[in-house]
Amino acid sequence: MSDEQNKPDFFDKPENIDKILKVFYLICTLLVVADFIVHRHIYHDWENIPAFYAIYGFIGCVLLVLIAKAMRKVLMRGDDYYDK
Amino acid sequence: MISSLPFLPPFLPLLLGSIAAIFLRGHLRSVVMLLTPVWGALQLASLEPGIYWTIEFLGYHLEPVRADKLSMMFGYLFHLAAFIAVVYALHLKDTVQHVAGLSYAASAVGAVFAGDLLTLFVFWELLALTSVFLIWARRTDRAYRSGMRYIIIKVLSGVLLLAGATIFVKQTGSARFAEIGLGHDGILNLGTWLIFLAFGIKCAFPFMHNWLTDAYPEATPTGTIFLASFTTKVAVYALARGFPGEELLVWIGVTMACFPIFYAVIENDLRRVLAYSMINQVGFMVVGVGIGTSLALNGAVAHAFNDVIFKGLLMMTMGAVLHMTGRINGSELGGLYKTMPKTTILCIVGAASISAFPLFSGFVSKSMIMSAAVAEGYDIVWLALLFAAAGVFHHAGIKIPYFAFFAHDSGIRTTEPPKNMLTAMAIAALLCIVIGTFPAQTVYALLPWEVDYQPYDVTHVLTQLQLLFFSALAFVWLNLKNLYPPELPSTNLDSDWFYRKLAPGFMVPIYYSITEAMNRLERLSKVGVRRLINSSYDNEKEQPKGYFARLWPIETMVFWVALLLAGILILYYI
Repeated sequence: MSDEQNKPDFFDKPENIDKILKVFYLICTLLVVADFIVHRHIYHDWENIPAFYAIYGFIGCVLLVLIAKAMRKVLMRGDDYYDK
Repeated sequence: MISSLPFLPPFLPLLLGSIAAIFLRGHLRSVVMLLTPVWGALQLASLEPGIYWTIEFLGYHLEPVRADKLSMMFGYLFHLAAFIAVVYALHLKDTVQHVAGLSYAASAVGAVFAGDLLTLFVFWELLALTSVFLIWARRTDRAYRSGMRYIIIKVLSGVLLLAGATIFVKQTGSARFAEIGLGHDGILNLGTWLIFLAFGIKCAFPFMHNWLTDAYPEATPTGTIFLASFTTKVAVYALARGFPGEELLVWIGVTMACFPIFYAVIENDLRRVLAYSMINQVGFMVVGVGIGTSLALNGAVAHAFNDVIFKGLLMMTMGAVLHMTGRINGSELGGLYKTMPKTTILCIVGAASISAFPLFSGFVSKSMIMSAAVAEGYDIVWLALLFAAAGVFHHAGIKIPYFAFFAHDSGIRTTEPPKNMLTAMAIAALLCIVIGTFPAQTVYALLPWEVDYQPYDVTHVLTQLQLLFFSALAFVWLNLKNLYPPELPSTNLDSDWFYRKLAPGFMVPIYYSITEAMNRLERLSKVGVRRLINSSYDNEKEQPKGYFARLWPIETMVFWVALLLAGILILYYI
């Protein structure tokens, strides 16, 4: 293992992660702002809600992860469960 | 059209390639195996739509080769997939895997060109028999047992298909494989349901899906690429041919699209995460087949086409990780971008494609199915698919690259995979981008049904980006709040628990008590026979005790003659 491979990398530095996240938040904000500027085609009533897709995606994924986490309590076993 | 090539059944080039792989070694084998899919694809290009050969069998017409736009599309797809998978496996010296891989591809091609149900059945079984060796080739005890479960379930699907086909052929008087549909009367209804179930098993319908999540992650790193390409896509083809517009499929498909993503979030084995995500993607296709409009059906087959490439790409990157580090659990990986930067970038391309980012291949096909669902008034379905699409990004788009290549540094230092693996991944990644950017010239040009569809407009792009970026925001937020479930070494119970734990739980004791009873019966009867022998043999005189044993042979004969004569006398008077 060489030192070359162990030196702190771009993603190892917290300040770089912060920068990436800031750009990411900016894009998210712009996408919501765009929703009020651009005229979207409406195929379904719910699409009239401002930033419907952003809200749906966020809430959907949070629920997905929290429900999946709760499922672990019932479904999770040791990794050699079937080998025993 | 290349008309100078002589007509060959479309599956033959791949089959010949697999036979050649038995005998050839070294570079010659590599060259032949690479040329085989190319030759096969050229053969396809020279194939005019129509029916080739008709064979009379038990009074029914069999059509072993039928070419139309639907089968042609899958035919091209399977040759492309076989080529990529062969490139990915070139470094291997394992003859079993090379032969199994190519003959498996040949069976898939044979199945989509089968014009009648009996030919379909033959290739259906060959798909199972050839593919199981890609699992067993891992040569571990786990893989062996997983392969056994896989082949049993696959053979069950084949038996159902044969039973259903027999009823169907007998009742309708035709063996042709065309639209079958459900909801017939009488015995024909049973036949069509059996066929539907047979297709459903291969398509990984809910509760019949565990062969996939069980076996695919146990196969070899290269074998999984073949496995992920063919079986489920043949099943999607069969559903599109036999049961288009069957509303039940819409609901089955929605279930398939939604429930596996929960499992994918908590699964530790990253190839098993992809296996769950595969059921989710096939769910989209099944919804498309169920809606049954030409837009929906086109969306289903286009998505099948794209899925083979992007899911293959993701499986290849994870296969490369497994090949280089010997590990595949999210809990043991992380930080690999430092030593596998090219693989990381290729994985991100695959992740962007499966998540349906604009300009990547998933976008142009998934949006067709979503649009068709809205257009046909399936509101709940549309909402559920939107949720599933966000979920895909979450587990396949973010989780896979994040836990393998980033997250916390696992300390593993390795190198990029062999050149052939990188090349195969690069080809797939390039295709993902080209198809996503120029759909009209690529995948849309192959679509079987007439439809005018434009995926790129402001609404689609904006809404999709909002959905994806805010799904990612959810991931970031959950991670910052420490709410995201950590990767843990674990097994998650799924419906395979019924046949891996529950059924053995009471079947094994029953089996043992039956064998125990049989053994006791055997012991008792042996003792009985020995007693009989002992009691009928006179040890002192060294002869049996019985009456006949004591007489001379001539006396015995006289006795039997007398008995015989008496018998004749009695018969004479009757």
